[in-house]
Amino acid sequence: MKTRYSFGGDEHVFVECDEEMSLQAFFKGLSITNAVRESKIKGVTEICPANASFQIKFDPDLISPDDMMAELKRLEVGASKGVSSIRTRIIEVPVLYNDPWTHETLMRFRERHQDPNSTDIEYAARINNLETVENFIKAHSGSPWFVSMVGFVAGLPFLYQMVERGRQIEAPKYLRPRTDTPKLTVGHGGCFSCIYSVRGAGGYQMFGVTPMPIYDPSQSISYLKDFMIIFKPGDIVKWRPIDRPEYDQIVADVDAGKFVPRIREVNFSLEEFERNIDGYNKKLQETLYGH
Amino acid sequence: MAIKVVSPGLSTTVQDLGRPGYYHIGIPLSGAMDQAALAAANLLVGNDEGAAGLEVVFMGPELEFTAPAIVAVTGGEIPPKVNGLPCETWTSFSVKSGDVLSFDFLKAGARAYIAVAGGIDVPVVLGSRSTYTLGALGGHEGRKLQADDVLPVGTQPSKARAGRSLDQKLRRKSSNPAELRMLPGLYWHRITAEAGKHFLSDTWKVAPEADRIGYRFKGGKPLEFVPRTPPFGAGSDPSNIVDACYPYGSIQVPSGTEPIVLHRDAVSGGGYFMVGAVISADMDLIAQLQPHMPARFVAVDMPTALAARKDMNVHAAAVRAALQS
Repeated sequence: MKTRYSFGGDEHVFVECDEEMSLQAFFKGLSITNAVRESKIKGVTEICPANASFQIKFDPDLISPDDMMAELKRLEVGASKGVSSIRTRIIEVPVLYNDPWTHETLMRFRERHQDPNSTDIEYAARINNLETVENFIKAHSGSPWFVSMVGFVAGLPFLYQMVERGRQIEAPKYLRPRTDTPKLTVGHGGCFSCIYSVRGAGGYQMFGVTPMPIYDPSQSISYLKDFMIIFKPGDIVKWRPIDRPEYDQIVADVDAGKFVPRIREVNFSLEEFERNIDGYNKKLQETLYGH
Repeated sequence: MAIKVVSPGLSTTVQDLGRPGYYHIGIPLSGAMDQAALAAANLLVGNDEGAAGLEVVFMGPELEFTAPAIVAVTGGEIPPKVNGLPCETWTSFSVKSGDVLSFDFLKAGARAYIAVAGGIDVPVVLGSRSTYTLGALGGHEGRKLQADDVLPVGTQPSKARAGRSLDQKLRRKSSNPAELRMLPGLYWHRITAEAGKHFLSDTWKVAPEADRIGYRFKGGKPLEFVPRTPPFGAGSDPSNIVDACYPYGSIQVPSGTEPIVLHRDAVSGGGYFMVGAVISADMDLIAQLQPHMPARFVAVDMPTALAARKDMNVHAAAVRAALQS
C-alpha cells in the first residue's frame, strides 16, 4: 500500500492511500484526515476522506501548496500506526429488492446496459455466480456493509461489503450512464453499493429501493431534524429485505413522523474483524437486534 | 421590499459566493460560477461582496420590483432594460416601485449577475443562500426561479446609490478561443505521453451539456490509456478508479472521450480518472463559455498557477478600491 500525493490544481492536495480498495486503505485515509482536522492547519477549508483516498482543499493565499503537501506528509508519518478501531453505529436499511420503480427505469435504459435481455439484478446474480435472484438477495443482505465514503451527491453513502474479497459482489457500471435513477435506489458499481439520496443521473446497477429517506434538505423528517444527512464515513449498514406491504407501511410511517430507523452504537475494530469475519459480523448483528 | 418573478428566464438561481465546508458529505461549493462578476455587482449597489444575487444563464428573466431599489447587472453581456428602455451593464441604476427589469438577447459570455441593494434575502442554509438544485437545497425553495415566485430583498445599505460604474479596464473579458490553464496531475499517468500531447494541442468545443455541475468538451481525439490490470473495486473500464473525491475544477475524461471540468455544483466524487485540474484563476472564465465555443487546455506549473491567482487577487482588490468609495 503506497501513498501517492498529487496536487489538484492550486487549491487541492489529492492523496491516494492505495490504488485498490480495502478497509486498510480507508482507515489509513481516516487516520490522516483525523490528524489534519486536529492539527488545525491554517488555510484548510475542506477535509474529504474517500474510499481509498482523501482530498484536502486549502486556500493558497494562506498556505503555499508545497507547505500544505509537506504538512500532510509529516502527518502521514505520525498517523502510520493509525486508527483501526472506531466507535460507530450500525444502521438497518430496509430494502424492497426488485421493486417496480427501478424496474421501470432500468427497462427504459436497456440499450445502455451490458445485458439488455435481463434485469440488473438477474445480470449481477449471474456474473457473481449466485444462480438465482433469491441467492443474490441473500448474499447482498446477508452481511453488513461499511460506509467508506459519503458523496457524489448530497449524503450518498458508498458501501463496502464486509466479507472476504472472494465473496464480495462486483458488477460493472452501465456502459453509458443513465440520465435518471429513482430516489433511494440501492445501486452497485465496482465493489461498492450505494443509496442514491436524490433522483438523477447514475451509472450503478439498480437492485431495489429503500423506503427510508437518507437526505432531507427541508429537515422535516423526524430523524433528520438535527442534520439533513444520516450517513457518515465509518457507519455500518445492514440491509433488511422487505416486501411491498411493509414498504408501503414504512413510507406511511415516515410521512406520519412515526418511523424510527433502527440504529445501535458499536465499536468496530479492523483487526478483530479480519481475524474472524463471519463471527464478527454475527456479533454486530446481535448488537443491532439484541437488547 | 420584494421582487416578483414575471418570467424566470432559462435557469435563473439565487447565488452568493458559496457554501464551503460540506464537500465531504457530497454538498458542493455552489455559489456564483463567475465569482468576480457577482462580487462586482454587489459592490456596485453598495452590498458586501458576498450578498446573494441572481445568476442568469443565456436568457434573462422579467422581474417586477414592489418598491424602489438600486440594481446592477454584470458578467456576460445580457443587456438589461427597465420598462423596455436599455440600461448600462456594470453600472448601478435605480428602479421605482412597479418597474419591470427585463433583458435583451445574449451578446457575449453566458452568465449575467443581478445584484439588488440589500441582497436577495432567502434563508441561509448551511452558511449560504446559494441554490444547489440537484440537492434541492438553499436559494429559493432549492430550485431555479419560476413565474410568480416572490423574492424578499434585505435592508438597503447606506452605501447604495445609482450611477456607480466600474471602469472598462476593470471589467474582465473572456477570450475566444478560451484558453483554460490547467495543472496536469491526479491520474495524468493513466494516459500515454502521446495522448497527453494531443489533449493539450487539440482544440475542443464546449458541448451542449454545460451547466453548474460541469462543463463538457467535445471534438478532441480520444485519449489512449497506459495498459493496466484494474485495481480491485475500480471497475473494468480503463478510465475507472476506485471512487474518489473530485477536486473543484478537476478534469475527468470518462472512457477517455469527452473531458468534463467540474464547477460550483460539482458531484463531489466518483469513479472516473482525472487528468488534472483547471487553475483557480481560470474557473470564472468557464462560467462565460457558450456551447460550441472553441477551447484549449494549456498546461502550466504551480508557480504559474500561483502567479495567475495573485494577479486575480490584485484585480479583485482594484475593483474593491474603485467601488467602495
